Amino acid sequence: MSYFIFGVLPYVALTVLVVGSIARYERDPFTWKSGSSQLLGRKQLIWGSILFHVGILIVFFGHLIGMLTPVELFHALHISYAFKQLMAIVVGGIAGAMAIIGGAMLLHRRLFNPRVRASSTFADTGILVLLFVQIVVGMGTILVSIQHLDGGEMVKFMDWARAIFTLRKDAWHIVADVHWIYKLHILLGLVIFILFPFTRLVHMLSVPVRYLWRPGYQIVRTRKRNASQPAE
Amino acid sequence: MKVRAQIGMVLNLDKCIGCHTCSVTCKNVWTSRDGVEYAWFNNVETKPGIGYPKDWENQKRWNGGWERSKAGKLRPKQGAKWRILANIFANPDLPEIDDYYEPFDFDYDHLKSAPEMEAFPTARPRSKLSGARMEKIEWGPNWEEILGGEFSKRSKDANFEGIQKEIYGQYENTFMMYLPRLCEHCLNPTCASACPSGAIYKREDDGVVLIDQEKCRGWRMCVSACPYKKIYYNWSTGKSEKCTLCYPRLESGQPTVCSETCVGRIRYIGVMLYDADKIAEAASVENDQDLYDAQLGVFLDPSDPDVIAAARAEGVPEDWIESARRSPIWKMAMEWKIAFPLHPEFRTLPMVWYVPPLSPIQNAAEAGQIGTDGEMPDVKSLRIPVKYLANMLTAGDEAPVVSALERMLAMRSYMRSKTVDGVINLGVAQRVGLTPQQIDEMYQIMAIANYEDRFVIPTTHREMVEDAYDLRSGCGFTDGNGCSSGVSTGKLFGGRKHITPAEGWT
Repeated sequence: MSYFIFGVLPYVALTVLVVGSIARYERDPFTWKSGSSQLLGRKQLIWGSILFHVGILIVFFGHLIGMLTPVELFHALHISYAFKQLMAIVVGGIAGAMAIIGGAMLLHRRLFNPRVRASSTFADTGILVLLFVQIVVGMGTILVSIQHLDGGEMVKFMDWARAIFTLRKDAWHIVADVHWIYKLHILLGLVIFILFPFTRLVHMLSVPVRYLWRPGYQIVRTRKRNASQPAE
Repeated sequence: MKVRAQIGMVLNLDKCIGCHTCSVTCKNVWTSRDGVEYAWFNNVETKPGIGYPKDWENQKRWNGGWERSKAGKLRPKQGAKWRILANIFANPDLPEIDDYYEPFDFDYDHLKSAPEMEAFPTARPRSKLSGARMEKIEWGPNWEEILGGEFSKRSKDANFEGIQKEIYGQYENTFMMYLPRLCEHCLNPTCASACPSGAIYKREDDGVVLIDQEKCRGWRMCVSACPYKKIYYNWSTGKSEKCTLCYPRLESGQPTVCSETCVGRIRYIGVMLYDADKIAEAASVENDQDLYDAQLGVFLDPSDPDVIAAARAEGVPEDWIESARRSPIWKMAMEWKIAFPLHPEFRTLPMVWYVPPLSPIQNAAEAGQIGTDGEMPDVKSLRIPVKYLANMLTAGDEAPVVSALERMLAMRSYMRSKTVDGVINLGVAQRVGLTPQQIDEMYQIMAIANYEDRFVIPTTHREMVEDAYDLRSGCGFTDGNGCSSGVSTGKLFGGRKHITPAEGWT
């Protein structure tokens, strides 16, 4: 079981995530959207959405940096595991709290605002519930982590993530003996990865940062076959 | 000089009877679908009134359109690019659906399925959003029709700025007019510039502004960017939609549905040539009241040999240049100067223009005492205050509006003497600076308004852009999944099935 979840599922999840997203982008770009429901009701959304997004983005990049940065870099910068663990708890705790408050507001709105509820698909509500549970579980791991601030447990996850990406067959061994709440957190995360291409989560791949350096303001499309001048 | 062609429209408000045929035919064709029940690509408002959505003209509240910085640069009033991105999680300037109205339907089925009862069965309203019973309808797409509601509410109309409006609340002084509205297909559209995904574009060949439904990600910045509030967020598909100027019809030389069905013959469609290099300069002139003149300066005279040569060099087709020469828009906007852009102060250089309405002479009972200026009544004694029209059409500059109203009065007076008395009254023509030939033409186009005179629309030139051989057995107008009719049920990537208007017809 452990082998399946921590040794096989990560590859399944990443494959579904990548292939599914590409397929959706290619086959059904019309469904690729953020799915905003602000028009139907802005109450709770303004604060809820900002807190949720900002919180979850900090947490997301925290995980990305924390788990995928080579251990050697931390050594080179003289960052001790204990310090890194503390940083993760403090920053992650604050951002996690933002995401929980925002997520609770959004979830409450999605379930109890009759307009929003009626226009929600099963996937819309389901993924929000799943994300909310995931954040709660993630905050729960802090309670366990606080009991061993040396960062030893954390290193296991760094090694595991690294082992997955370096295709080591025994990756699952590394996390086989950690507390069950970490395991639940990882399992839920992988499930979210699998569901990613089939939900509105795909909108995070379309973050329009390119807008900032798009030249000028206007967009003109020409249909001339040999356009002599490039579109502005 | 970078010559481009633009399809423009003029609405002669003097002849609008407020029948809503344009709105209804438009809705039947384009927005009778889930998610856009509340959207009217074309709507007709009774003015004075706060309009649809509520208070749309008040950019202090909605932050639509452009803003000129002290340095003379233009930026969207809702914020520069970084600011727009910062608001992407929640857009503070986005109207809520209640600012339009909560769409509803009636329980018609109850009328025939109700059991025998003491009381006659009624069809009660039901929300199209939540499906819940609506006990009371609070607002609708045309709630202020024919001066509906109290004056205190209607007079929040932004066009009352600088007017002592209290007296217009009195029965004797009240006035009204109709304002049909659609997307302006601006030369300088804020919606396109505010779209983070770059999904909104202006077509080079005819100037139509469209939203690429496959590129739109639903960041909803265009809705707040458009000062006319003519982009609508489809809450069902999660994409923005707007008036397409019925481009499939235009491409085959037909007028838009709203124009085709207008019973008052108030709509005109034609080609305008303009200099794309002058847009930035014209849109950023310092004084709001200079924007109308600045926009006139962007248009190019289609009879000028230099312009024709430049247009040919840019690849503007010959029949488009010819249509520009015969364009009713050119005549009304440039030759006779009787048509004006709607709210030029938004700095979008709109391309749907309006002929201001004449109105009854106030205190008509005391006809002997009204201010007449020679043979024509003084436009200042018309029931609709000139300042109100000027606030709407020229950023408050009364002179051009007065001149237009005088020319229309002169046309009436001239034609009356000509056809009733058999007298050619040169004096009245000269006083408004028109020749008898011009007045005859004005009369032909504005009063008779034949179909061929109203709509001078060249067909699109597909042969210049694609090989017809590649199009054989194609599926025409769809925005679904390729040529699929969309009947497959259960979608892997979720979302409701999107029914295109084209599919709705089959």
